[in-house]
Amino acid sequence: MSKRRTERLLSIVVLLLSARRFLTADEIRQAVIGYPEQDEAFKRMFERDKDELRELGIPLETRSAGLLEEEPGYRIARQDYELPEIRLTAEEASVLGIAARVWRSAELSGAAVGAMLKLTAAGLTTDADEDGLVRPVGIEPRLTTQEPAFGPLWEAVRDRRPVSFAYRGAGRTDATTRELEPWGVVNRRGNWYVAGHDRAAEPPGTRVFRMSRIDGPVKITGPARSITVPPGADVLELVKDWGNARGREGARQATLRVRAGAGLGLRRSAASVSPSVGDPGWEIVTSRFTDVKWFAEYVASFGADAVVIEPPDLRDEVITTLKGALQ
Amino acid sequence: MTTSRKAPAGTRDAATAPAQVAPSAGKGRRGAGPGAPRVVTSAERLRRLLALVPYVASRKVVSLSETATTFGMTERELIDDLNLAWCMELKEPQPYCPIDLSYEGGEIVIAQAEALDRPLRLAADEANALLMALRMLADVTGERGSGDEPSRQSPVSSVIAKLEAAAAGLTAPSSRLAIVGVADDRALAERLQAALAGGSRVRMRYYVPGRDEATERDVDPMRLLAVDGRTYLEGWCHRAEGVRLFRLDRVLELSVLDEAARVPESAEPVDVDAGLFRPSPTDVLVVIDVSAAARWVAEYFPCESVTPAPEGPQGWTRVSLRTPDTGWVRRMALRIGGNGRVISPPQLRAEVRESARAALAHY
Repeated sequence: MSKRRTERLLSIVVLLLSARRFLTADEIRQAVIGYPEQDEAFKRMFERDKDELRELGIPLETRSAGLLEEEPGYRIARQDYELPEIRLTAEEASVLGIAARVWRSAELSGAAVGAMLKLTAAGLTTDADEDGLVRPVGIEPRLTTQEPAFGPLWEAVRDRRPVSFAYRGAGRTDATTRELEPWGVVNRRGNWYVAGHDRAAEPPGTRVFRMSRIDGPVKITGPARSITVPPGADVLELVKDWGNARGREGARQATLRVRAGAGLGLRRSAASVSPSVGDPGWEIVTSRFTDVKWFAEYVASFGADAVVIEPPDLRDEVITTLKGALQ
Repeated sequence: MTTSRKAPAGTRDAATAPAQVAPSAGKGRRGAGPGAPRVVTSAERLRRLLALVPYVASRKVVSLSETATTFGMTERELIDDLNLAWCMELKEPQPYCPIDLSYEGGEIVIAQAEALDRPLRLAADEANALLMALRMLADVTGERGSGDEPSRQSPVSSVIAKLEAAAAGLTAPSSRLAIVGVADDRALAERLQAALAGGSRVRMRYYVPGRDEATERDVDPMRLLAVDGRTYLEGWCHRAEGVRLFRLDRVLELSVLDEAARVPESAEPVDVDAGLFRPSPTDVLVVIDVSAAARWVAEYFPCESVTPAPEGPQGWTRVSLRTPDTGWVRRMALRIGGNGRVISPPQLRAEVRESARAALAHY
């Protein structure tokens, strides 16, 4: 059954690629082996075949055909069907080989393999061993997509369709429903994000969502090409801004006592480090922060190696956090 | 040659003789599994055929085994596909067989491929998967995409340009749909690449945030990895006497030594595709309950399980993870304060309390 179907679909592709004019459904039926005699059954089968061909990315064109131009006709234009000529040097071919392996165990690995198969079918060879493959760039790249939301969000972005999903923001107990026009997906520091216009936000506006915090399935809520990505929208910048938001605006200064030789994390981001006068074994570290709670928790993680001198609200917040840990 | 063909050509009988279709399952890396008969849908099979015919046509002659490996299929499956293509017949305007091929003696030759001598264009997903990966590669290696630096045509940027051209105007894979931001440690990456190329040992001061420590290590570099947005050096660490991964953004200082790297024969590279960090079953099992405010704990560390907490306040989550070093868990517990509670091991719970008490003594 499946074999006959494959054979029939292949025949249609060859027939319509070779045709010099648009062929009607009836002409296709005459030429291709395997269609039923009965009209209704043929119609249903032919509809399914057309869908399947289009799903494979075969550019099936339609135009009025027949003697009186009253029937739909079909054709596949060779220039739309064929992979354009692509000539690569041996080095370029191995670079492409590395790129294809980036997705090896992730969401788009099937697509990457499919692309390489087509390019190989066009004459490309990448017959280098594993070591030989890496040499041109000296670095082995990988992408992983553990977030289940990646697949549907990627498809929505690709087809420009709106989505809805439940999202559990940082520190929130319950998830809220978001209605997003997704503009792009971004991986930053190992995490996948989606950025776009959130219709459900108050007020509606540009938002960034971390995929790992999406709760449950992502639903596609509109047809293809029904959303517009504003020209100049830079999703990478949006995600960077989102990540840096708490590190930028209205930074305040904190003064800490830090044990000598400890608190390396604090020192790495410190504004200044100086000896603590009359206080052997300790140093004074000044740092910039914006979010009191976030910074207090960070300081608390250093335990007895870091003590806040000022400001008082930061000091209180550290004490609260440590008391919480004491429970 | 438009001749009607009803009976199989003699060549086919020879090629399908049992000796020639010795199963080669498992050769193809993309195969579902060695020996297991795979269920291939008619769409998948058509997709494969539309690549298989031009693959053979563009090579004049190619062996069955090489072709089967390339397409990740067994020779038996390949021969089935070849037969299907060869048997295909069109009835109008007069009966003819568009594809003529033979695979005598294990070599495939296509005499006529009609309109199928070129593969189908790339689909949007296919073009995007490669372009995203290539752009990540360009960022990691410090190269720009096409257009930015016309004077310096590196292989990565030239492939991007050629692939963009091949995909242009088709399904319009917008170049900015999906992006991988790469950490800014390129200068360090370049020095390590030079050390790798020269086979030199490196000495580094490396920050271990879990222990809030800077450690000095001599490392024999094995390779550089860029996994998602982060770059890692994989190497033989003389301090740990084992293969270790080092995040480049945690390298505090690096010097390339005037000494040859000697990676022991026994050093096994990490299987990147199985995940970079896999806890060992001999690690300590840590169970910690967290409130919604500290749920991020489960996102930041590879966990064994994340379930609703069976006891304590409503809406809390129980996180189980394995770690060789509980030092960082203690620091994390201090950080989340009242939003978390170490359940086990009890000793760790006591340590967290002790640390909090010692810290509070300063206030």
